[in-house]
Amino acid sequence: MDVPAIAPLLPQLASGAAHTHALGFTYESLDGDRVRIRVPWREDLVGDPDTGVIAGGVVTTLLDHVGGLAVWVSLDNFKPLATLDLRVDYMRAARPRTDLIAEARCYRLTRSIAFVRAWAFEDAPDDPVAAAQSAYILTTARPERRPKPETGE
Amino acid sequence: MSRVIEAMPYARFLGLTAEQAGDTLTVTMPFSDHLIGNPMLPALHGGSTAALLEITAMAQVAESFPGMHLPRPINVSVAYLRSGRPQHVYARARINKAGRRVAHVLAEAWQEDEAQPIAALTAHFLLEDSPGL
Repeated sequence: MDVPAIAPLLPQLASGAAHTHALGFTYESLDGDRVRIRVPWREDLVGDPDTGVIAGGVVTTLLDHVGGLAVWVSLDNFKPLATLDLRVDYMRAARPRTDLIAEARCYRLTRSIAFVRAWAFEDAPDDPVAAAQSAYILTTARPERRPKPETGE
Repeated sequence: MSRVIEAMPYARFLGLTAEQAGDTLTVTMPFSDHLIGNPMLPALHGGSTAALLEITAMAQVAESFPGMHLPRPINVSVAYLRSGRPQHVYARARINKAGRRVAHVLAEAWQEDEAQPIAALTAHFLLEDSPGL
């Protein structure tokens, strides 16, 4: 199978920004249109100190971010994009003191919108900690439309 | 002050602080370079704003149900309305409906103007204090 042009950029796209670097995200793998990233367990990413489980917000960020990677894989190109919305179902508690992996797939791409599903898990995507459904907008198309200024004030 | 935010290591990672007026918490995520997701704009990572909203909602539920250990989210849905500029972000949550088992919570995050939110959250929390869902 041909290696997509985007593949060599994925490690940088996974962890290159200040926030993803601070969270410790790392690129994991690409298999067809399924891309994976990892967040290694760390004490300061914990949500509940009594259990040592990674915080829900970290899982949300991981799912948001891996979804963006899936869009770039689908485009086989890096283009500016923004998350439009993201829904996360938390299916079960994550295992304490354990890394999480997220896998995402862009299952529909239009000229301006990408639709993505993503899962977070320790070992296998069929036993997910959380699942996400998200939409991304490709932001290159045109500048933001602004309402006309009101007159007569 | 909020017991949820004080006790959560990840809330400290984000730098969150909470202030209470009456029953309502306002949570602040002070700007810090490590929250940047897009260095070109620059813009905050949407995940950090989503996490702020989620923790604000969780802290507000904990405030309203003081007997609980830690409210557990069942699901959260975040709409990103504006790009997060490299500035402080504020968030407030409102419990829309609390039944016996589940609470529905709405939250918004803003920067300069509360009337111009940068993100909005709707979430369900489990109110039962049982292990697992």
